[in-house]
Amino acid sequence: MPSPGFFKIEKRGGESAFWRLAAPFLAVVLTALITGLIFALMGRPPGRTVWVFLVSPLLAKGGLAALAVKAAPLIMMGVGLSLAYRANVWNIGTEGQFTLGAICGGGVALALPDAGSWVFALMAVCGVLGGMAGGALVAVLRVKFNANEILTSLMLSYVFQYLLIYLVTGPWRDPQGFGFPQTPLFSDAASAPKLGGSGNLHLGVLLAPLLAVALWIMLEKSFLGFQFRVLGQSPRAARFAGFSEASLVWIAMLVSGGLAGLAGLFEVAGPVGQLTTKISPGYGFAAIIVAFLGRLNPLGAVAAGLLLALSFLGGDAAQIELGLPRAVTGIFQGILLFTLLACDVLLAHRVVWRRQRVA
Amino acid sequence: MLLKLTDITKAYPGCVANDHVSLEIASGEIHALLGENGAGKSTLVKIIYGVVRPDEGQITWQDNRVTIGSPRAAQRLGIGMVFQHFSLFEALTVEENIALGLADAAAREGLREKIIRVSAQYGLALDPARVVHDLSVGERQRIEIVRCLLSEPKLLIMDEPTSVLTPQEATQLFHTLRRLAAEGCAILYISHKLEEVRALCGAATIMRLGRVVGHCRPAEQTVKQLAEMMINAELKSPARGAAQAGNGPPRLTLAALSLPSQTPFGTDLKDISVSVAGGEILGIAGVAGNGQSELMEALCGEVLAPRDAIAIDGAAAGRMRPQARRGMGAGFVPEERNGHGAVPGMSLAENALLAASRRPGLVRRGMVNAARVRDFAQAIIARFDVRTTGPEAAARALSGGNLQKFLIGREVLQNPGVLVINQPTWGVDAGAAAFIHASLIGLARAGAAVVVISQDLDEIFVLADRIAVLAGGRLSQPVAAEAATVESIGLLMGGTNVAAHA
Repeated sequence: MPSPGFFKIEKRGGESAFWRLAAPFLAVVLTALITGLIFALMGRPPGRTVWVFLVSPLLAKGGLAALAVKAAPLIMMGVGLSLAYRANVWNIGTEGQFTLGAICGGGVALALPDAGSWVFALMAVCGVLGGMAGGALVAVLRVKFNANEILTSLMLSYVFQYLLIYLVTGPWRDPQGFGFPQTPLFSDAASAPKLGGSGNLHLGVLLAPLLAVALWIMLEKSFLGFQFRVLGQSPRAARFAGFSEASLVWIAMLVSGGLAGLAGLFEVAGPVGQLTTKISPGYGFAAIIVAFLGRLNPLGAVAAGLLLALSFLGGDAAQIELGLPRAVTGIFQGILLFTLLACDVLLAHRVVWRRQRVA
Repeated sequence: MLLKLTDITKAYPGCVANDHVSLEIASGEIHALLGENGAGKSTLVKIIYGVVRPDEGQITWQDNRVTIGSPRAAQRLGIGMVFQHFSLFEALTVEENIALGLADAAAREGLREKIIRVSAQYGLALDPARVVHDLSVGERQRIEIVRCLLSEPKLLIMDEPTSVLTPQEATQLFHTLRRLAAEGCAILYISHKLEEVRALCGAATIMRLGRVVGHCRPAEQTVKQLAEMMINAELKSPARGAAQAGNGPPRLTLAALSLPSQTPFGTDLKDISVSVAGGEILGIAGVAGNGQSELMEALCGEVLAPRDAIAIDGAAAGRMRPQARRGMGAGFVPEERNGHGAVPGMSLAENALLAASRRPGLVRRGMVNAARVRDFAQAIIARFDVRTTGPEAAARALSGGNLQKFLIGREVLQNPGVLVINQPTWGVDAGAAAFIHASLIGLARAGAAVVVISQDLDEIFVLADRIAVLAGGRLSQPVAAEAATVESIGLLMGGTNVAAHA
């Protein structure tokens, strides 16, 4: 009698190096299939919709430049989060640190409207400091009061968002803005330096991959990076070796916060050009996916940042060309994170097909 | 025959834990299962207790073919097991703990009387109303035994039961086990302690590398013969040589060290004073949970102490962090290897760096010199006979003994002036244990002060020049090893518990 079989998920006894790299790719393919299925259920042709969403933005004129501009903040933040997450410091509040960086850097531009071109450097410094301040609050709460940073960083994000809304609807509102909740446009000197003559490519696009390389070297080659990795994998071993958890938490929060602040500054001094209530379409949260999709490796975050940037562009394209709601972007990102987590089961487990043993 | 295993095979990815293992146990028999770590004893026991299912093979229970699908099924057949690590709730009473383990509510009726009756019957003094937190390890073990006995088992499995007991408590346990056997209960007894196996067990099955390699009557063999059957090699005991201690200045001094515990059920250290000279090994004996981990944490600087309570080579080190103490020439090997002394997922090279970052050349201007780190790890592997594929192997891929040799080598190759080691050969096979003992003796003879914290009295007597006992967070006055006996040390180990009952 033919015996039925069954699937069994069993432990590998180690971690598969192959699946460590392959899981994100499998996750992307599965995400395309699942979003296609959702489009089909909505009565849309799935093939064409996925094409419009994921491919056509790249083929459009200036599409690659637009992708790079969207990817820059995602990469900066994803890189910082990779570092923090490797040390088990769960900063979920990059959206808030991004906002605070934009406020501090943008505030400089508004305070010094007639300054020379040096003002951008000052804005960048203030942006980084702003993001660091946002991170420092979380670090203080964690180190001094043992407050869970997942909660504090996330909740502080809303505080900073409301601070931004207060400023642009109140004291910083453009008097000639017809009552719109926005500040005056930044001066040319206070705008992110452009790369090349045309298009939106700005200095941040160049800086993001360089920062990724720098943090990769720090994480993989320096003794400080080693301490981060030990703390993340085995806090007791870190204590045994005498690495100070408090200092590492501080550094992780300052670096990831500072990079988020820099990303926010470049966003308002680049594509946006002023402070408004909507300076981020959710970059800070998408950056969490960037970090995980990039395997918490700063170099991986570059590739992952490009993909998540594509999902923002694809959302715009699907809205314009197909009349789909903008929520498509969020759905895509959510499914991507879920499928990635599901695929990560393959790291430590394998699926085997067992024939039923006849007793 | 009560239990008969035939051709039991169980394979895990990368290793065959049991390879056609057969075993027979008769009623009323105390049967020893011997073997080094990794020989497959625990897998076999887990199969009998229904925790693991065999890939192949048959189990016969009272001449009927059975499949044991779960521990509950094993209990229904009449198989009880006392694990090495207890599963008890510290904040609950003895009775509540036992009630929690019962399958159905009906069995809870009259539980208190049953506990009192069973514990009186087998000489297992136990008060059902006491809270587990206040009990000694020996008393906790009695809860687990009574819990098993309540279901009137026909086979009782004991996994390393005496590793946590004082010699006096162990003797008491043997009375209970002999009595049970006399009443017809079979006992499967797993232990490393060959002396007690000789005294207690009527039969023994010896395993090596997943296979049964021999049977014997332990009483008819010497301890040396039993050990050699287990490791399939001649056993060389390390020669201790004469201590050069006593005259040299103290290298490690504890002066009235008192520290409250960091955890709710930990042990406070109380007024510990002792000094260790170069060339000398101080053995700190004691039953688990009497402050060993706390003392280790205080010595290596994970928990800071008052400034003058600890001195390394005369310099006050109480407020120093681990890195600074290493800078003074101290080295440490904690009890837990994976996750404390080593990061399981990291390579041996990275783990070498973990405790040796102050070694010249490994870290320069904040950057790790990977080649030098690899060379250092390679040197440890070569000098300490670590069986592995190389410095790139992950720590978790090594057996307990090999990883321990690596972690000790990591410290010894840094020429420490003071080495503190907790449970040096816990879970380590006999061959590696002999090697580790020889290294520690060699280090001391070369002029280092070595502190060995161990719950294994045999080990203490093999290594130590002077012996002190840690009991209830207090350290006894050290005595010269020649003047100490198992009985005198054993009494000190149980000291505080005797006092608590008085």
